[in-house]
Amino acid sequence: MKRYSDMEYLRLSKWQKFVYKLVSFLVGIPLGIGHFFAKIGSAIKNGCVKFGGECKEIAVGFVHGDWKTKISYVVMGFGNIARGQVLRGLLFLLFEAVFIFYMITTGGYWMSMLPSLGKQGPESVYNPVLDTNTTVYHDNSFKILLYGVLTMFFIVAFVYTWWVNVKQNIIAEKIVKSGKKLRSGKDDLRSLVDDQFHKTLLALPMLGIVMFTVLPIVFMVLVAFTNYDGSHNGYSNALFTWVGFKNFGTLFSWTSTGAAGTQSYSATFGEILVWTLMWAFFATFTNYFMGMGVAMAINKKGIRLKKMWRTILVMTVAIPQFISLLYVSKMFAQNGLINQMLQGLGWIKSPLPFWDDPIWARVTVIIINIWIGIPYLMLITTGILMNIPADLYESAKIDGANGWQQFRKITLPYMLFITGPYLLTSFTGNMNNFNVIYLLTGGGPTNAAASGAAGSVGYTDLLITWLFKITTGSESQYYLASVIGIMVFVVVALISLVVYNVLPSIKNEEDFQ
Amino acid sequence: MNNQKRHMGLKAANRLSNTIIYIILIIISVIWLLPFIFIVFQSFRVESTWQVGYVIPQQWGLQNYINLWNSDFKRWYLNTFIIALASAVLVTVIQLCMSYTLSRFRFKARGPLMRFMLILGMFPGMLTMIILYRVLADLGLTQANAVPGLILVGVASSGMGYYVSKGFFDTIPKSLDEAARVDGATRFQVLYKIILPLAKPIVIYTILTAFMGPWGDFVFARYVAMGTSAGYNVAVGMYSWLTNDQISNWYTTFCAGGVIVALPVTILFLCLQKYYVEGVTGGAVKG
Repeated sequence: MKRYSDMEYLRLSKWQKFVYKLVSFLVGIPLGIGHFFAKIGSAIKNGCVKFGGECKEIAVGFVHGDWKTKISYVVMGFGNIARGQVLRGLLFLLFEAVFIFYMITTGGYWMSMLPSLGKQGPESVYNPVLDTNTTVYHDNSFKILLYGVLTMFFIVAFVYTWWVNVKQNIIAEKIVKSGKKLRSGKDDLRSLVDDQFHKTLLALPMLGIVMFTVLPIVFMVLVAFTNYDGSHNGYSNALFTWVGFKNFGTLFSWTSTGAAGTQSYSATFGEILVWTLMWAFFATFTNYFMGMGVAMAINKKGIRLKKMWRTILVMTVAIPQFISLLYVSKMFAQNGLINQMLQGLGWIKSPLPFWDDPIWARVTVIIINIWIGIPYLMLITTGILMNIPADLYESAKIDGANGWQQFRKITLPYMLFITGPYLLTSFTGNMNNFNVIYLLTGGGPTNAAASGAAGSVGYTDLLITWLFKITTGSESQYYLASVIGIMVFVVVALISLVVYNVLPSIKNEEDFQ
Repeated sequence: MNNQKRHMGLKAANRLSNTIIYIILIIISVIWLLPFIFIVFQSFRVESTWQVGYVIPQQWGLQNYINLWNSDFKRWYLNTFIIALASAVLVTVIQLCMSYTLSRFRFKARGPLMRFMLILGMFPGMLTMIILYRVLADLGLTQANAVPGLILVGVASSGMGYYVSKGFFDTIPKSLDEAARVDGATRFQVLYKIILPLAKPIVIYTILTAFMGPWGDFVFARYVAMGTSAGYNVAVGMYSWLTNDQISNWYTTFCAGGVIVALPVTILFLCLQKYYVEGVTGGAVKG
């Protein structure tokens, strides 16, 4: 496409400007994605070059190093102790000892079982003492996968520590040769609250994240390539094993597996994905603009009792969501307060199908989400609105701009610039907004056409609630839930990638500070 | 003369638009408050325990609150309170460590680390529930022992939520740190003596959100408790009252429970509202 310079762009008509913007946005998407992969490619290349350099350095260090350094290649920390850095050396040595002990006692077993996820499942064996058949349990696929992954983490940590140990010894040797003094254990300890303070601060949070976020995610991504489900739970009924990309094939199969008249998995998945995106779009932007509107109304000059209006809305932020959501959900039920009241007044004959009709349910969910979301958005936008320089409005007024023009030309661009990142996180957050959907509708009303798919799909189900239903149903197809989880990740990542390349305000973090 | 007329016209237009805004604000306030007023009224209704077509009870009484007292609600409330208190302390410490470090220090792994956590955050957290449940079960921290399990998981993964407070720390000028460093303060002293006093709003904000979170924690808590009432928190327990076969007996008790849960949290929130607003507007948007 042709790129216009600024002057050319200004000469275009309104319509041409719009088309130009739209086309450049659309062209920007593949460009952005291509750019991203190019970046990954060059990062991999750089990494390889760097890795080669490191290997060479380590090899050279071994050849040219003195005996203290050479022994450190095998006995970690030896050189440190020999040169007087006892604390560091002992820590290295201790880590190596623990690693070797772990690998010999248990780690080796987990690693050896990882390729097969267990060889012998539970079996029924005749027990002569009790004179009946009893079940004897052998391997446990779940534990093999879990501890296998953990052991791999441990091995990576060990290799990294070994590398640090070698580097330190090479450096220490140089320092000693040049006649300078090495840091003592006391210095090391002091640096932990000074120039290495970030390591101290991050140690505990990172440990938690690795154990309770990274490890589970790696585990669950791997589950997508197994047949782990309710009837292969890996221990008490049957082992599970690797199945390759079969589960992805199931989710994207074009033919229906269920009863006649039901749709295929891919159609169900597509339907839920489209609704998830629609929901995220409406939930984000209705809240955003209406929240901004309310904030502007309260902020307007001449409106009194500003604090009271705000407090009324803010109060609803404080009440735990499950109370308000569950209560409102029952209020709109077929025999709920609203229907009974309207019937009592004689306005309607039969109850309104708030939760029973697909369209009604979807619209009601979005409207109730507005009720939930506006106070929060009002709080966020109030602060930013007050930060817009007042002289912008003054000069606009002098130039004769009316209220709408001021909003279009000053308020909105400013808000969009500042809240761009927030809008993105709020969009992806809404895609995974489990509570609102699950507590309001539970995913219902049931989608009969999708009954061939696992987890009784409903019309308001998001991918995330579908995933949850699959894992709690009678069959518990964990592998399918895992595939869906990966798809959610892919969608969120794609959207973020595109938006990040378009948004101006994320690009430079330091600018913002 | 003409000018004055135009001025009068503007004033009238302004008054009209203000009136419209007042009307809208009143309608909004009513819509936002009504459901909560309904809950309060229904919690005092004695004549029927299921939904009725009117709001103001025909017979007032404390029966629902007495039911509440006689049910497992006390246990659930205590469970939730313990979780909320523990996470208010531990989550705050972890999140502040994380956000302060990422805002203030420039070390080699910082950029990759933040990018890595951004990518991690794109995975739906729901996915990890299955395995976390199994791990907790192995540790014996499920069902009746769900409380320590929930605290452990909640605190351990809380480091991911550093964005808001990092945004706040970013607004404290770095020249303060540098001046103190020049005067010979260690990094720890800078944090303890200079940053923390300035960061009071975000500390209170973090404590407040960490305390309020567990009151609404629903899905993982239900997973971990696995149907054992002693391990429920309020959300899971009260949800069990609204299932199709329970609701006709427990609906008004649910309302009473809602009042008991919402009151302290709301009062606390309104008292600390100022800090919440500062935290949200200072940190959340910049992310």
